[in-house]
Amino acid sequence: MGKTMAEKIFAAHCGREVSAGELVVAEVDFMMGQDGTSPLAIRAFRELGGERVKDPSRVALVIDHSAPSPLEGVSNLHAMMREFAAEQEVGLYDVGRGVCHCLLPEQGHVAPGELVIGADSHTTTYGAVNAFSTGVGSTDLAAAMLTGKLWFKVPESLRLELRGKLGEGVYSKDVALFLAGELTADGATYMAVEYGGEVISSLSVEARFTISNMAVEMGAKAGLMEADDKVLSWLKGRVSRPFRPAAPDRDAVYREVRELDLGGLTPMVAEPHRVDAVRPVEEVEGTPVHEAVIGTCTNGRLEDLEVAARILSGRRVSPEVRLIVAPASRQVFLEAMERGVVRALVEAGAALVTPGCGPCVGTHNGVPADGETVISTANRNFKGRMGNANAFIYLASPATVAASAVAGKITDPRRML
Amino acid sequence: MREDMVLRGRAHVFGDDVNTDYIISGKYKFKTLDMDELACHCMEDIDPAFASRVQAGDFIVAGNNFGCGSSREQAPLVIKHAGVGAVLARSFARIFFRNAVNKGLPVVECDTSGIQAGDELEVDLAGGKVVNITRGTEMDIVPLPAVMMDILSEGGLTEYLKNHGGFEL
Repeated sequence: MGKTMAEKIFAAHCGREVSAGELVVAEVDFMMGQDGTSPLAIRAFRELGGERVKDPSRVALVIDHSAPSPLEGVSNLHAMMREFAAEQEVGLYDVGRGVCHCLLPEQGHVAPGELVIGADSHTTTYGAVNAFSTGVGSTDLAAAMLTGKLWFKVPESLRLELRGKLGEGVYSKDVALFLAGELTADGATYMAVEYGGEVISSLSVEARFTISNMAVEMGAKAGLMEADDKVLSWLKGRVSRPFRPAAPDRDAVYREVRELDLGGLTPMVAEPHRVDAVRPVEEVEGTPVHEAVIGTCTNGRLEDLEVAARILSGRRVSPEVRLIVAPASRQVFLEAMERGVVRALVEAGAALVTPGCGPCVGTHNGVPADGETVISTANRNFKGRMGNANAFIYLASPATVAASAVAGKITDPRRML
Repeated sequence: MREDMVLRGRAHVFGDDVNTDYIISGKYKFKTLDMDELACHCMEDIDPAFASRVQAGDFIVAGNNFGCGSSREQAPLVIKHAGVGAVLARSFARIFFRNAVNKGLPVVECDTSGIQAGDELEVDLAGGKVVNITRGTEMDIVPLPAVMMDILSEGGLTEYLKNHGGFEL
């Protein structure tokens, strides 16, 4: 019987053939915590009687969600992470290094066929480079730091064959939003999503991260793609250890296979307060916008900033709008400077903030006022998500956010390309 | 099986897709590890009075996909520290479900459609039944995998790993 990518990766990590539905104890290749989850993991590690992390080279702690610290309580939790990282000799990415889900692939911590956990739900991101990566809680992270292993249920898989050629002004974010709308917020709960078809192969690896990132918005445990030539070439210079990509068998058994033609897809927008409340941008054009955010683990990579800069070059952000841009990592920031992207954004009126998650998670760097409307490249628009339950958040691609920032209202980016 | 695997309390009813930001907002959870302090803000953005209304042993009752969103373990911890005895839902998001068991908060998957706010419920975790005492109805609980039942009945993952030294599947 053929196997899915998820079944093959779990088999390789527990030393026997496995099928969906089985419970396994598996070796974890890499594990990560961020500043919202690591402090509880450190506390759980101590409560478990932990003295030494099993393999410090497999652990990274990232200070990104509230970085730099806006409050003394946060500062003390950051200090706790620094102290633990120094004591246990585990990797620490401190303030300014970037968003965990941009950093881990960029710094070579994830490779095809590997099993990765992160105490952050958007850990599904690394599925784009063929890693089975999934979000866990702090105590699971602590258990894995201590033992190097964790128990898992091998998930069933949902295969999505994405057909057609994306039109001008339509990006991987529009695909991710469309899929969230189509499958709904729990349409893939407990499942591994396998993305395939010419839409995926036509996208860059950076663009693919956006889609795997949002797999969790449909409830998925992972969002896997195959390691094609683009992935292998993207990994050159980043990963030097040997790895074994997992490709699905032709006769793999899926919970469901769905084929979707995205040839006619237009830019998509998620309306408040649900990620799956998705509509074509044409239907919400004209909605006034007070704040626009470009960045986050979904869309803060170089290509995203470049698309925004192309739209903003020679234009001005509307005086009614605050445009906040957070590059997803220091490396993205540096490359964006070298390519003139930062200049284009700042000249157009953008406020650049420290690489990190801030605005998206409501910790700082752009909490909206009562009654205000925000358009953001993030992955969640829940009521209160950005720190104010009386604000309204729309989600869209970097192009749609940039165009909307210029016009002062939600705008189809194809008008400005 | 411990005696406290039979729970009794009143229902607080919520809808579908209650996400972890609603359970405990990001604006609070990054500041402190004091779960009693955070528990004052439990469900604040969708039901500001919940934290002051909830009585020890009460149940949160919800529809589909309870706990969707982030991996924050603060979510089940805050519910537990608010005094809630168990969460009953038609379905759960997977990370929340696992975190709840890991922190010893009973999560009960069952048909919640007939439960109304204020109903008195008895939840028999070991027996796999929920009895709605107010309405005289009974619902089956979707059973947990054995390892999760063990983790839950031993009080959480920390206690389980201390007892067993590793995972026993």
